[in-house]
Amino acid sequence: MWQLFTTFFRIGLFTIGGGYAMIPLIEQKVVDEKHWLSRQELMDLMAVAQSCPGVFAVNIGIFIGYKLRKTPGALACTIGTALPSFVIILAIALFFQQFRHYSAVESIFRGIRPAVVALIAAPVFRMAKTARICRYNVWIPVVSALAIWLLGFSPVYVVILAGLGGYTYGQLMK
Amino acid sequence: MIFLQLFITFFQIGLFGFGGGYAMLSMIQSDVVSNHHWLTAGQFTDIVAISQMTPGPIGINSATYVGYTAVVNAGYPVWAGILGSLMATFSVILPSLILMIIISRFLMKFRNHPVVEDVFTGLRPAVVGLLAAAALLLCTADNFSSPDTNAWQFWISIALFAFTYIGQQTYKMNPILLILMCGAAGFLLL
Repeated sequence: MWQLFTTFFRIGLFTIGGGYAMIPLIEQKVVDEKHWLSRQELMDLMAVAQSCPGVFAVNIGIFIGYKLRKTPGALACTIGTALPSFVIILAIALFFQQFRHYSAVESIFRGIRPAVVALIAAPVFRMAKTARICRYNVWIPVVSALAIWLLGFSPVYVVILAGLGGYTYGQLMK
Repeated sequence: MIFLQLFITFFQIGLFGFGGGYAMLSMIQSDVVSNHHWLTAGQFTDIVAISQMTPGPIGINSATYVGYTAVVNAGYPVWAGILGSLMATFSVILPSLILMIIISRFLMKFRNHPVVEDVFTGLRPAVVGLLAAAALLLCTADNFSSPDTNAWQFWISIALFAFTYIGQQTYKMNPILLILMCGAAGFLLL
């Protein structure tokens, strides 16, 4: 339980710029190091967390915590993920409203932002292997990505359509 | 009274906030700025910037900040503001906690049901696309600058991107270490 809390505390502390940034961290900690989940389970979980309302990162934490230690585990992961943000933001609200205007802070974040984009891009091909992408289904990720990126589709609809598509295909194959 | 309003507002945002932090931000803006006038538009922009620059999910960051600022703006003392930020953060998480536990229970039970397997056969390739889209959407001048506005920052950003990508992909370096190294590089160079 303590491990769940500290693991997600670290993940919460280094998730910069939105929920997807935590995927490589979770992959490394939870899949490769602790073996709490397989890479495929993590992908299934991403689809579920994405189609549920709420904070993506927290949703993922709740699911992993619940899978390992039921409700107390879910609570430990939730508090772990939320606590670093809570403390940091409260400190900023209390003491340095001018925080973002410090030039050192701005410089540091100018360096971090490209790194975060790279960290989100890196798992794409690893995940493609896990999802068994081949030339017959490679159009699915390509079309999904283009629909979201260029046409501004909500990822929620993509998830719903893909799920329905998988279900229909399964029924047709019977 | 303001605590109850905070609870209702952020519970709703947590419940209907589909599509991640940025989608939630627009809900927060319409509720918090336009309806309740808890913050000015300028204060809200500050919150967005701070949420993006500090670690943690954007939804949590903005709830914490709005909770504090709204209560203090209403004329209450600092300790009440802290209580307000606790209230907003708790409220935004609560719907996820309830929903995700129900869904987890359901999924663990029916993980091997053929229908669930079919659905996930369609979902898994789409998730790869989702992740690719998330990366593509972040390739903006906000994050990288551009050759015209600031060529120095642009090329350094590209170099940091390449360094992090290769470090993660080829050498399996720790993501936290990579973030810290790029932060240090930004401090020295940008």
